[in-house]
Amino acid sequence: MSEPRTANTAKPLGPTGWLRSANGSLAGMQHLGLVAALVLLCIVGLVTRPENFASYSNLVNILALASTIGVITVGMTFVIIGGGIDLSVGAIMALASVWATTLATQSYGPWVMALCALLVGTGAGLVNGLLIAYGRLVPFIATLAMLVAARGLAQRMSDRKTQLIRPENSAIVELSTTRVLGIPLLVYIFAAVVVIGWVVLNRTTFGRRTFAVGGNPEAARLAGIDVRRHTMLLYALSGLCCGIAAIIIMARTTTGSSTHGDLYELDAIAAVIIGGTLLSGGRGSIVGSILGLFVFTLITNLFILNGLNTSDQLVAKGLIIVVAVLLQRRNLKERSL
Amino acid sequence: MTQNVARRGFLVGGVALGAGALVSACTSNEPQQQPAAQSPAPAPAATGGNDAPGQRVSIGFSAPAADHGWIAAIAKNAETTAKQYSDVDFKPVEPTNDINQQISAVDSLIQQKVNVLVLLPNDGEQLNQVARRAMDAGIPVVNLDRIFPDKLSYRTWVGGDNYGMGVAAGHYIGKKLKDKGVTNPVIVEIQGIATLPLTQERSKGFEDALKTYGFSVTAKQDAKFTVETGNQVATNLLQAHKKIDALWNHDDDQGVGVLAAIKESGRNEFFMVGGAGSANAMREIQSGSSVLEATVTYSPTMASSAIKLARLIAQGKGMSDLVENQVPQSITLASETITKDNVAEYLPLGFES
Repeated sequence: MSEPRTANTAKPLGPTGWLRSANGSLAGMQHLGLVAALVLLCIVGLVTRPENFASYSNLVNILALASTIGVITVGMTFVIIGGGIDLSVGAIMALASVWATTLATQSYGPWVMALCALLVGTGAGLVNGLLIAYGRLVPFIATLAMLVAARGLAQRMSDRKTQLIRPENSAIVELSTTRVLGIPLLVYIFAAVVVIGWVVLNRTTFGRRTFAVGGNPEAARLAGIDVRRHTMLLYALSGLCCGIAAIIIMARTTTGSSTHGDLYELDAIAAVIIGGTLLSGGRGSIVGSILGLFVFTLITNLFILNGLNTSDQLVAKGLIIVVAVLLQRRNLKERSL
Repeated sequence: MTQNVARRGFLVGGVALGAGALVSACTSNEPQQQPAAQSPAPAPAATGGNDAPGQRVSIGFSAPAADHGWIAAIAKNAETTAKQYSDVDFKPVEPTNDINQQISAVDSLIQQKVNVLVLLPNDGEQLNQVARRAMDAGIPVVNLDRIFPDKLSYRTWVGGDNYGMGVAAGHYIGKKLKDKGVTNPVIVEIQGIATLPLTQERSKGFEDALKTYGFSVTAKQDAKFTVETGNQVATNLLQAHKKIDALWNHDDDQGVGVLAAIKESGRNEFFMVGGAGSANAMREIQSGSSVLEATVTYSPTMASSAIKLARLIAQGKGMSDLVENQVPQSITLASETITKDNVAEYLPLGFES
């Protein structure tokens, strides 16, 4: 049964992803594999485009490009470890970006715009959570419905137009243009979300409960965890991450648009899966998800640096997902022996 | 009226989202000061009295519901133009991206026996049959932009020139670089959706025009027509090419993201040419504050022209500036180059992306 495994993973000061790699456990091996993949990609970059790839500005670019989806991936990791799935992330981000850039919201200034994005994201996530935890809808269905509805609402609200951030609210755009130590502010936001996410998942009761709920909800309930409330909070958390991502995408593109975040759900889920998080829940790590995400971002970067076609890039990404999941299954088997 | 109800409906939906009263007060997109959005200016009145009220006609209209400022402008221009005529009954059907729904929508217009149809099909091949049915039922079809393969399926085609757009951009860039005396320039191209024939035609025209100057495209990538992918692709392209001489971006909508990436990188050693002719791109050109120097049009004003042509066809009139008694069979808009010198003339025609 999976019960002992859950208990093990949920140990208060359980080994972190990086330490685990020394133990050669599942997550550790996955991380080693991902680091190897990243190193390999970097070597490819160094060989093919030495002058462009190995520059400071390219590194900053990669970090900035990964920020939006990176923040979403952190939320997605929580949801998937908790035994769920969130298909609505891209749509919620689009809705939050549109809502925060309507002329009416913009009239209140940049702080309200940012707050609006966060509230809309969290609110939509909360609706997901309520439907799933208390309405007993299957996560796949509930978030699929949210995907369609949020995208539709975003289109309706923006009249399918691209909403520009007005000059007086350029404080939002400065998140992208202002650099501290040569790195855009939005990268710090991304880093903060990753660190906070890591701490919450590995060092708090909330994190332990997430592993427990995802590993074996029944056991978690018997252990006195309010499983429904926790499930609801996980989706709200994912929604909040979408709100943060909306602020980042607004800063990067200077717009809110119903087309933002198209297919982000797939990229985020793929990053989480190749990062070693089990789709069935109960186990996973944020470090793995972020490494997985960087594999994807690096591939995109390398393809464009080398002037290659985007279609081939999609094929490469598909192959990586398959290989990662195959490895994961082999590791699981070895472990269960 | 329906607009009001719809707005109320979505406000209620917004509150239901649980985002609270503050946020729900923020959904309005009504400009608070002076409206920035302009309605497409009526084209200069044609001489010869064709605009004078004539026989009453009904015009059916069907177009896709793409998530793009350009298509939004198409629908709006058609409606605005139709409303200018007291002798026109404008009958639009619900815009849709679903081929099946568009087919049944057009069928319903045929059954209503409208006098003339204006169709922008989701896909010319797939809507060909239903357009043919309309023609067979004696309803002339004005085919807007995406062409039906079968000439029996439409009375008149009016649309843009994708190849010509590439040519216009290529000439602007080629001439400018030649004048500067640049040899071996780095020319970067950011396409829309690479698999679409229209994108391939644009790229072909660009390539052919550059060739006349002895230049070629150094790198091209597609950006799927969205702001976000435009931003992402441009960020990476700027990294790939440390020195660029000129950049052509096929689409002003995705161009917002491209410009954001360029501004973020602080690069300004090159100049950029846009495509389509959005109001925003024109304002950038006018202000001269960015690398965007010009844009080549693929103007949604073609929808206004299509309505005017449809009305003339239904009333049996010709175009008063031409000699013929009837409207021509096909009209291809020229792709015009907008620069700082002439942007003031074009601004009223620009669409809000």
